[in-house]
Amino acid sequence: MTVVAELKDVTKRYGDKAVVDNVSLQIQQGEILALLGPNGSGKTTILKILAFLENTSGGEVKIEGETITSKKEENARLKTTLVFQKTTLFDTSVYNNIAYGLKIRKVPKEEQDKSVRRALKLVRLEGFENRPARKLSGGEQQRVAIARALVLESKLLLLDEPTANLDPKNAEIIEEVIDAANRQNKLTIVMATHNMFQAKTLPHRIALMNEGKITEIGEPTEIFGKLSKNIASFAALRNTFRGTASLTKEGSTIVEIGNGVQIEITSQRQGETSIFINPQDIILSEKPIESSARNIFKGIITEVTDTGSLVKLRVDAGKPFTVQITKRSFTEMGLNLGHEVFIVFKASSVQVL
Amino acid sequence: MVDILGGIIEAFQLIVTGDPMLYGIVYRTLFFSGIAVILATLWGTPISMLLGLREFRGKSIVKGLFNTLIGIPTVVLGLFLFLLFSRGGPLGFLGLLYTPGAIILGEAILVTPILVSIMTTAIEAVDPEIMKLAKTLGASESQASIAVLKEAINGVLLSNVASFNRAIAELGVALLVGGNITGLTDVLTTAISRYTARGDLDLAIALGILLMLIVFSINIIIIAARKAKMLLTIGKSPQ
Repeated sequence: MTVVAELKDVTKRYGDKAVVDNVSLQIQQGEILALLGPNGSGKTTILKILAFLENTSGGEVKIEGETITSKKEENARLKTTLVFQKTTLFDTSVYNNIAYGLKIRKVPKEEQDKSVRRALKLVRLEGFENRPARKLSGGEQQRVAIARALVLESKLLLLDEPTANLDPKNAEIIEEVIDAANRQNKLTIVMATHNMFQAKTLPHRIALMNEGKITEIGEPTEIFGKLSKNIASFAALRNTFRGTASLTKEGSTIVEIGNGVQIEITSQRQGETSIFINPQDIILSEKPIESSARNIFKGIITEVTDTGSLVKLRVDAGKPFTVQITKRSFTEMGLNLGHEVFIVFKASSVQVL
Repeated sequence: MVDILGGIIEAFQLIVTGDPMLYGIVYRTLFFSGIAVILATLWGTPISMLLGLREFRGKSIVKGLFNTLIGIPTVVLGLFLFLLFSRGGPLGFLGLLYTPGAIILGEAILVTPILVSIMTTAIEAVDPEIMKLAKTLGASESQASIAVLKEAINGVLLSNVASFNRAIAELGVALLVGGNITGLTDVLTTAISRYTARGDLDLAIALGILLMLIVFSINIIIIAARKAKMLLTIGKSPQ
């Protein structure tokens, strides 16, 4: 295995606070490595360091075995490309956005055209060349941003929460694109995420992060198996709970996650179990609704985050749940902080990690 | 009353018949102001990029200075430059006084504060992520700065138009360092003052109308250009 990039004892301090604390990491050719951890655990900073957009306070960064000093940064940036969490586009056409990096690399015009067309096909935006990029929908904009990075065929593609704040359809397209780019073009990818589901399906390896440190690194199955040891890093992740599973008299399985909250799941299990519920799979209602869903809890809205077309809510139902609904539903239901609501989800929506 | 009406009629005759002296003045005005704006853009753009993109000590003082200088009375600047360029002055050896060069240089200095102030504001308004974006896509420091400048293009254009309007409409600098020499350094504003003083009201009015026409048409062209740009799908999206 060839090592594409390497961090050696890298530290980044802002004032007294170390946001990245003595991190060492090797990124193998052709792998997808996910940095998984709560907000503020240092994921984005690591990506920025690998993109040479952020200086380190200490340690070494190597690309293809070569230590990158500040003099070599400009050149090294031609090899690594970061896609930001907050979609940023140039105020011009889709074509000019995607071709920007190619123009910098002085790629002949004909090849530029071909590459742009190929990239647009990959993100399913064929024929969008002449559209003004900033007039596209949020999801389409993020797909343009991904295409703009893919077209460069960098040694290392860095993705910062590539599907955060996106609706499920756009998120799915982007996940497919990432997967295809990795499989077909053998692209090496490092992505930051706090989406457990994404972390479970996409990457070859996961690095668990907490408070600027990598607490665990390994294959997804291995990492999820060791969950209990890293409960601290997971406590801050959304909708991830740990509890004891037991069989009921009726033959269903419930997981007791504390504070009297019992979640019904479909898989047969007993003993210590970690579960995850995708925020999109949770339905919110003002009254207890009659449905086939097995899990219904009453809670209070304790936090509201506006992320564009979607609104993220934190609902305290004995345990904190994160729910994601469209802004339109949010407005129509007249929801706000302190409102009493019911959260509903199927037993089959609960993923056992 | 009759005089004014007569003057206006005479003026239109001069404009329509293409009086060579009249159009010589128009040509010089456009030429001097145009070159002055180009000069000011040449040295004002790097200054604006420095002020808009970098952090350094005393930055707010420099910005404040440029803002304040926008309002400098043209006569005061004209006087200052006169003293500088006059034979006994520190730059007297250049022999610039009462030449087109003096007017161009003077007007370029005059419009620099307004150009720098508007351009800096436009650059500062660009999303700071644009710089990082350009860099991660492979741009060097200077290429990334140009990417930012492109994002600020509307403001850059506005700074040029405002500067041109200021240059074309000012009197003090052109009069004091240009000397208002007929056929050499007289421009619309200085010629208007001369013909008014002489009582050649028809000429003064004709020049006044032309000055207004130029200022208005430049602004109309800019508005049209912005609309055309939007039709070409590269306009700013409403946010």
